[in-house]
Amino acid sequence: MADPARPAIALRAIEKWYGTRDAPVHALAATDLEVPEGEFLVLLGPSGCGKTTLLRMIGGLIPPTAGELLVEGRRLWRAGQRQGEALADLGMVFQDANLFPWLTIEDNIALPLELKGWPRERRLQRAHALMRLTGIAGFERRWPRELSGGMRQRAAIARALSYDPRILLMDEPFGALDAMTREAMNLELQRIWMQTGKTVVLVTHSIAEAVFLADRVVLLSPRPGRVDMIIPVPFARPRAPDLQSTPEFQDIVRRLRRRLSEIS
Amino acid sequence: MPDAAAPTNAAPPAALRRQRLTRDAALPWITTPCVLLGLIAVWEFYVVEFRVSALILPRPGAVWEAWVEMLHSPRAWHHTGMTVYATLAGFAWAAVIGVSLGVVIARVRWLELTFNPFIVATQVIPKVALVPLFVLWFGFGITSKVVVAAVLAFFPILTNTALGVKSIEEGHRDVMLSLNATRWQVFRRLELPSALPFILTGFEIGIVLAIIGAIVGEYLGGNAGLGHLLIARLNAFETADMFAVLIHMSILGFLFYFSIGVLRKVLIPWHASARLKV
Repeated sequence: MADPARPAIALRAIEKWYGTRDAPVHALAATDLEVPEGEFLVLLGPSGCGKTTLLRMIGGLIPPTAGELLVEGRRLWRAGQRQGEALADLGMVFQDANLFPWLTIEDNIALPLELKGWPRERRLQRAHALMRLTGIAGFERRWPRELSGGMRQRAAIARALSYDPRILLMDEPFGALDAMTREAMNLELQRIWMQTGKTVVLVTHSIAEAVFLADRVVLLSPRPGRVDMIIPVPFARPRAPDLQSTPEFQDIVRRLRRRLSEIS
Repeated sequence: MPDAAAPTNAAPPAALRRQRLTRDAALPWITTPCVLLGLIAVWEFYVVEFRVSALILPRPGAVWEAWVEMLHSPRAWHHTGMTVYATLAGFAWAAVIGVSLGVVIARVRWLELTFNPFIVATQVIPKVALVPLFVLWFGFGITSKVVVAAVLAFFPILTNTALGVKSIEEGHRDVMLSLNATRWQVFRRLELPSALPFILTGFEIGIVLAIIGAIVGEYLGGNAGLGHLLIARLNAFETADMFAVLIHMSILGFLFYFSIGVLRKVLIPWHASARLKV
């Protein structure tokens, strides 16, 4: 039913101002961007470049000051009001897993389905399937505090996938993890993305992570935040960790690093 | 996948921790009786050695006998029942009003700003001083005791609830926001469970204050309840019986406090406080 020509996400002159009338802050200058169906897009940039602001606008958490935002062809914001149908296509993963400590892992993952009124048995069945997909089967009845950071983030991904949104929005999802876990999670994410065929928009400030994961890297520059350049990453999938030591990979990393130091 | 360890691998440290917690929890069961026995011995020694009048301080044995006698007296149990009722009824009112008002105040900014000066004012007024007024308004019967218990227990429950609802993590709110949850769902699935540890802390303080309120109310008016019984014994110079009533009250207080601890274990098993408290 998805029209191949229609982008999963379309930003038309999206703009964001923060603050009062006296001291407004231009967080994001008018931005146009299209994310095709099934793409893995990474937003990269120094702090203050508006990448999190941009992602939170796409996720329906903060309203844009101006412009139009289409999710699967439907307007997300209408007169400052979020539109429920468009939200159903979006799943969000935050830097902190943000699991509710009073719910077991399975209940956390099933929470979105509970809010939609699914019967308990059905939503737990769905949660268990997602726990197998994200590699945390066996932890169904554990409390979140009993899991490691990487495990908790897997559960957060499972929760975001529970209601089968077409698009996954991830705000520095592995930023709080140690380097080794982070690399493992990048591989896992690639596998989950290939298995589910979702459209992913991921925010990061790690250049290597961006190049490893992305079909396209969008580099944002600060004050005000705006798209500086877009770099396609042509490597075949699935990508293995060894890819990172190839000259082609290093080349893209170098280009991005040089540009980053110029703009930040 | 270094972090994808099977659950069995995670079990040993958790089990070790549990073991230490059990050992820590067992310690008071040994020390408390020892310290108590020591205190009673000092008491006995003091009374015998310095020949203290039984009117001032009866011997522990005499107090014990008076208390055992009290346990066999239906009238004493009637008084106990009245105090328990006044405490629980007062606490129930305080809990219902305190929690609902606390939730509302934490969510509606202008209500908080409007109410806050009055909340602070009523906090600093010595509420016990108002007890005669309550007796005047609500009579010498049980109602005035319930009201005093409720008034005393109300504020810690209110303030702790409001604090709990305000302490909800922004990230948790973002999750509910991104899931397009309704206001009721946010309250039922996020705010209430998140604030529950705070609410229970309010209950813990509140239940102790409720029993104080009930007893002080009984001191000043009426002819029922443990507070009334204590004053009656005092006026009759039956000091041993007075001590017996004191013991009775203390045990009651312990039981109430203890039941909130049990409530904690049942309602918030996920919270750290449920594992450390009694």
